[in-house]
Amino acid sequence: MRTINYQDVVEQVKGACIRMTCDLPHDVQAMIEKKASEEDGKLAKEMLNIIIENANIARNEQRPMCQDTGMVVCFASIGQDVHIEGGLLTDAINEGVAQGYTEGYLRKSVVNNPLDRVNTLNNTPAIIHYDIVEGDKLTLVLAAKGFGSENMSQLKMFPPAAGIEGAKEFILKVVKEAGPNPCPPLVIGVGLGGDFEMVAKLAKQAAIRNLDYVNPNEKLLALEKELEEEINKMGIGPQGFGGKTFVLKVNIEMFATHIAGLPVAVNINCHAARHIKVVL
Amino acid sequence: MSTIKLETPLTFDKIKDLKSGDQVLLSGVIYTARDAAHKRFIEALDKGEKMPFDVKNQVIYYVGPTPTKPGFAFGSGGPTTSYRMDAYTPRLIEEGLIGMIGKGKRSDTVKEALKGRAVYFAAVGGAAALIGNCVKKAEIIAYEDLQSEAVRRLEVENLPIIVVNDIHGNDLYIQGPQEYLKEKE
Ligand code: SF4
Repeated sequence: MRTINYQDVVEQVKGACIRMTCDLPHDVQAMIEKKASEEDGKLAKEMLNIIIENANIARNEQRPMCQDTGMVVCFASIGQDVHIEGGLLTDAINEGVAQGYTEGYLRKSVVNNPLDRVNTLNNTPAIIHYDIVEGDKLTLVLAAKGFGSENMSQLKMFPPAAGIEGAKEFILKVVKEAGPNPCPPLVIGVGLGGDFEMVAKLAKQAAIRNLDYVNPNEKLLALEKELEEEINKMGIGPQGFGGKTFVLKVNIEMFATHIAGLPVAVNINCHAARHIKVVL
Repeated sequence: MSTIKLETPLTFDKIKDLKSGDQVLLSGVIYTARDAAHKRFIEALDKGEKMPFDVKNQVIYYVGPTPTKPGFAFGSGGPTTSYRMDAYTPRLIEEGLIGMIGKGKRSDTVKEALKGRAVYFAAVGGAAALIGNCVKKAEIIAYEDLQSEAVRRLEVENLPIIVVNDIHGNDLYIQGPQEYLKEKE
């Protein structure tokens, strides 16, 4: 049994919150730069260049790249040989978020509930998903999820007869409807299978996945590429002003499902696709 | 496509030749407000009270910035999605509002209200650090309890914005992609 201290979790999460909101992940920046070099719309190219310049300013000045520093989503994988000492893991993650958002001058965008809407003043609670895995490490994948893009996300429970064609049609529809609202270029996270809540979680995992990750499932890899092409052919472009870069990438995650269902979820992420992984 | 320098307050003369797709560098005083502040504007007007600032010929920027870091004039502040303000906008245009800066599509009602009277600009969504650096001075002038949503008076220099809806009924979100696809044919 390995012991991890509560306070170490707090410190790591705090640092990660500040880093991820000020420092655009390398995989995302590299992808935007690649797309900017390929873009042929004049205003579109300029938009991508402004986005790159913004990321550089944010990194150099250590200030948030986007004012919507999001709601924190945390995927925690707990090795089953790990013991957390000194308090509850959930509390440690939330305390790290609170300290990071306060000390890092990040925007506190979380309200206590959707009815009373009182700001919690420290951006907590985070949305935490736990998974028990092998080993003696604690891995936290954190994302700062803005709601301009979150609000454009959709989920649909299809019957199996809808098939992959039905799913594709739905994905294209959702992305098109989102249009300029979620600050394109976008990262599209798609979940296929599972059940109602699982498919949304898959879509979220896909939306915050590293952009240089190559899907090991060849069928999905081909589908990701096909959808990316189809979407970019719409010509909506960066910021919706016209161009070939409406999405940076489509990522798909899949899980087993029921004989009677084909759940599909589309979680939209923006070019500020902030994600970070910490291993304790 | 051209880059145009504009100074606030805007006037009909300054906006009448702007076309969708024009890139503008805006300087001068602008005001920030998001949905919660808009709601209070309208409530004030409905009660026959004044808004916290005279909206005539002014520009409202839809933004909820991050807290200002020591040593900076302003936090990071890119545009927020504009449709949430749609319900309130026509009334403010009636009051003389001449420009709005945000991101994303406007409703048909708003687009109709803009015709001949006001311009809707987009700032680059997510370019919040770069935009933040264009703000030279910022002060909260109303609704401090709304925190990031409080109404601020900003002095901006060369804020990069793009004309989305001009006063002639053009819409860059419709025409931009259409023209791009046409060029590709
Ligand atoms: S959609 Fe993304 S880039 Fe746009 S404002 Fe929200 S978090 Fe920022």
